[in-house]
Amino acid sequence: MARDDHLVEVENLYMYFPVLAGVMRRKVGEVKAVDGISFYIKRGETLGLVGESGCGKTTTGRCILQLYKVTGGKIFFEGKDLTRIKASELRSLRKDMQLIFQDPYASLDPRMTAGDIIGEPMLVHNLAKGKAYREQVAELLRLVQLDPSMADRYPHEFSGGQRQRIGIARALSTRPKFIICDEPVSALDVSIQTQIITLLIRLREEMGLTYLFIAHDLSVVRHISDRVAVMYLGKIVEITNSDELYDNPLHPYTQALLSAVPIPNPVVDRQRKRILLSGDVPSPVNPPPGCNFHPRCHMALDICKEQVPVGRDIGGEHWVACHRV
Amino acid sequence: MSALSILRLIPYPPGVIVGGEIIFKGRNLLKLSDEEMRHIRGAQIAMVFQEPTTSLNPVLSVRLQLSESLELHRGMDRAAGFEEAVKLLKLVGIPDAERRANDYPYQFSGGMQQRIMMAMALSCNPDLIIADEPTTSVDVTVQAQLLELLNNLRSQFGTAVIIITHNLGVVARYVERVNVMYAGRLVESGPTDVIYSEPRHPYTMGLLGSVPRLDLPRKRKLFVIDGMPPHLAHLPKGCAFQPRCRYAIARCSEERPELAQVGDNHLSACFRREETEIFERVA
Repeated sequence: MARDDHLVEVENLYMYFPVLAGVMRRKVGEVKAVDGISFYIKRGETLGLVGESGCGKTTTGRCILQLYKVTGGKIFFEGKDLTRIKASELRSLRKDMQLIFQDPYASLDPRMTAGDIIGEPMLVHNLAKGKAYREQVAELLRLVQLDPSMADRYPHEFSGGQRQRIGIARALSTRPKFIICDEPVSALDVSIQTQIITLLIRLREEMGLTYLFIAHDLSVVRHISDRVAVMYLGKIVEITNSDELYDNPLHPYTQALLSAVPIPNPVVDRQRKRILLSGDVPSPVNPPPGCNFHPRCHMALDICKEQVPVGRDIGGEHWVACHRV
Repeated sequence: MSALSILRLIPYPPGVIVGGEIIFKGRNLLKLSDEEMRHIRGAQIAMVFQEPTTSLNPVLSVRLQLSESLELHRGMDRAAGFEEAVKLLKLVGIPDAERRANDYPYQFSGGMQQRIMMAMALSCNPDLIIADEPTTSVDVTVQAQLLELLNNLRSQFGTAVIIITHNLGVVARYVERVNVMYAGRLVESGPTDVIYSEPRHPYTMGLLGSVPRLDLPRKRKLFVIDGMPPHLAHLPKGCAFQPRCRYAIARCSEERPELAQVGDNHLSACFRREETEIFERVA
């Protein structure tokens, strides 16, 4: 059962998508996008979720928001199990949970003005109208460092960074408690990335927000997150606080992932241990038996091929699922 | 854009190279005929593009695509080309190369497709490979594999490589000399170690300070470069970076700074390049 200081708690979450084939669209298999994961996010904390493409990061986020009907498991938000509550109750809870998307070009309706985009959630949830509505839209624009006079412009008149600010303002419009940031900076230029990261950190502090920060860029994730969960092929392999992540990574996949990120300083980078993974990420339709990382693991034992490692807390909020630990 | 100019691949019209020289092995590429240029492209200078998915021909088998340039530039017949194609695929680490050579690009993952692009670039033993954002569309572990491969091939065959990237980590790990560009111009140039430890242009310094780093304390305040890059048709007067520069002085908005020497092989295009105290705050 969920603890009080945990805003979000995910228990044994499974999300399988059917693979259909043939004229009869019969189910021939399953994509195990999320394969039994558990974690929690404390109030006011940022949990980072990293992993390579197709590992189930985004699916996890969408499951929490109940955008999919989950295959199994429980998702608690403020102690309520979102997978069981009534639709009407979920609807009123939705304003507390928002999403910031990856692609600032695809996620804004090109036919709506920036002001309408930002204000729409307030209308949907009956939070403001008339003068108060217009004032709040202006306030939201200022909050993300855009000029309120820009409210009448259309998305194509904005740059990528400005569009992402609009996306953030929209997410903030319902005064949410929890925001899922799904790769919010990966489509932006380096200098613009820093602007958005800095803005997200400032907003978190000013508004007491809790984030789930999904990204594949480990340096960015570590910078913004208090704790980081590493995902591989639908499973979480390690969760630890952000300092431990770099200083003391325990799972071989986390180690390989870290070593694959070159540090932008040639002198420091030369001194690092390098682990080069071979091959690609296997298909989540037919994940390898045992530990699903074993075919690429440089430390694999016989037991890894047969038994799924059970994750355990090794103290200090450091959780890892590996037979070698 | 610079890379496409080197290969003279800028569509004309509207694009035109208005001046300058591109010297490759002592010859000015801009003075060559189209026919002569065709013998250089692919054969002596090869290019690895950003998105393998859109750069490979989807309706030709990998073997046929590889064989194409071998037949064209190395005068092989189809059979010899096919055989060489398999060798190349092995060289870039495609497992089960004999069988996979008959596959089409969509049957490979993004990382494997990029390996095929590299095989293609290597096929004619070029003197220069231009890799344009070769790893932006792949995951970090695959990025590491590809860059390690490129690095090994470079030392094995003595090929010169230009890597075009926005990833400062990739530059630090794999590159010996760096040119930093901003709004169409070189703003700084020098050996990698020097550029990272003693940058002498505010843009370089800003970039280095703006990226989160795994090895530095997590709560470190990032250096934010305000504003955004200018539109190339409406460049500001003077230094193009001046509207975003914290250290701009009156002169910067009137005159354009030219590249000038600040150290061994180290050039900077900044009026304040000698005021080293400005640049000292970089980690």
